[in-house]
Amino acid sequence: MMNNPWKKDFPQLTDGSVYFDTAATSLKPQSVIEAVNHYYHDLSANIHRGMYEAAVITTELYERTRETVAHFINANPEEVIYTRSTTAGLNMVSYIYGLEKLNEGDEIIVSELEHHSSFLPWQNVAKKTGALIRFIELNQEGRITVEAFKKVLNDKTKVVALTYVSNVMGYITPIKEIIELAHQYQAIVIVDAAQAIQHIKVDVKDLDCDFLAFSGHKMLGPTGIGILFGKYALLKELDPMEYGGDMNEDVNKDVSTWKEAPFKFEAGTMPIASVLGLEAAIRYIENIGIQNIHEHVTKVHRYALAQLNQISGITIYNKGSETGIISFNIDNVPSHDAITFFAEKKVALRAGQHCAKLICDWLGIYSCMRASIYIYNTYKDVDLLVETVKQAVEYFQELGF
Amino acid sequence: MTGLDNLYREIIMEHYKNPRNKGLVENQDYRLFRIKNPSCGDDITIQTLVVDGIIKDCRHIGHGCSISMASASVLTELMIGKSVEEAEKIADNYLNMVANKEYDENIDLEEAEVFSGVRQFPARIKCASIAWVAFKDTLK
Repeated sequence: MMNNPWKKDFPQLTDGSVYFDTAATSLKPQSVIEAVNHYYHDLSANIHRGMYEAAVITTELYERTRETVAHFINANPEEVIYTRSTTAGLNMVSYIYGLEKLNEGDEIIVSELEHHSSFLPWQNVAKKTGALIRFIELNQEGRITVEAFKKVLNDKTKVVALTYVSNVMGYITPIKEIIELAHQYQAIVIVDAAQAIQHIKVDVKDLDCDFLAFSGHKMLGPTGIGILFGKYALLKELDPMEYGGDMNEDVNKDVSTWKEAPFKFEAGTMPIASVLGLEAAIRYIENIGIQNIHEHVTKVHRYALAQLNQISGITIYNKGSETGIISFNIDNVPSHDAITFFAEKKVALRAGQHCAKLICDWLGIYSCMRASIYIYNTYKDVDLLVETVKQAVEYFQELGF
Repeated sequence: MTGLDNLYREIIMEHYKNPRNKGLVENQDYRLFRIKNPSCGDDITIQTLVVDGIIKDCRHIGHGCSISMASASVLTELMIGKSVEEAEKIADNYLNMVANKEYDENIDLEEAEVFSGVRQFPARIKCASIAWVAFKDTLK
């Protein structure tokens, strides 16, 4: 592989560290840092309020970003709600739709691949409304299949809340087919795209999803900003979740009214700098091209798997992963013991349950390590990872694990 | 000795592989406390029997990393026979030691001293603390 042309854009890597934890949060390129700094350094004004120049520019950039996001996922700008994160977006749907629309006996379909953010809000809705949670049975490999989905889909299904890409297994869910089927039963589908948005083309019109959420910080953007897409027809009729400044249209002692969507869902001052940073992140990804990113990740992933497969004394749980996520354990070594070894070698991985305990239960493990690959990772990074895995296997064997 | 070898001391490995006082007993006189750490998956329960202010028995069960398991084993062995007052003092001192806070070196931590290596690994402080925190809760 030629020199990685993107690595130099990430100042976090100038110390020579190796980063395999993009699934937790991605690194941030210089252009994103500059966009955030531009706001704090040069603008620092609020949006939709001031008449002075900085306020006007800030509002323009804030709303231009909404258009950039909309274009990126093929939505209309009025369907793009700024949130704090994927978690905030998915929770918002559970409040504005789930708690309002669901009743006793209704059914909610989820899977064991869900991140806690895509499961717990619906467990809460079920508890409060009397609705029932149903799980899609995963296949032998741990995947959601259309066939298994059909078995839990029925006339009572009102909500389908599924991950687009699993944050532990890295599998891509056949979400488009699932959405089509769900709509035949008038159920709405909420897509957790936190691990998809940085890897594959997300097209909400093509998917025909009802809601879809993702975070900025896993796609090279800042923390504190996420996107919730919602179909306009739904957003139009739903009530706000939070009330306060900016989201209202007319406030009176007796009755007040709200702005149109998406503004009625953005109460108070939003994380403006992070919104501007998100636009820079999208531009950065678009300049490379999501397909090129996916190809690079796939190449590095294959290179890593080929070598890791040769090492005895480790178990890889997701050899069929499609998005550069490798979940594994060193046999007989709890993941928090193993991870300390990697940390000492300056290889950044993640260990634990990855906010996805249900899939750990399904795999029959307490926890695991996860290496996640992105554009700044190279074959050389993989070589160090593989070498460290070998050393770790030996080290812990000698200790008597 | 490298940092890692300092963490994985022989005594720690020995307790990890041969845990003392493991398994709970069915007895209403014991006080029980369980702590789960959802981020790493550690899950530890400590069970303590106090008679006339003296810890007559101390037991543990659970799963987690070697540091958390071994520290539970060392804890139970160390605490049996101590007065509640003494035990609390030792536990506080131990927790301060592993968290790299000020602690009284005159208080004898006995075998638990081997966990001093944890200080170099801030990410592992919780691992070494979880059983001891649960133990303190059984005394409340």
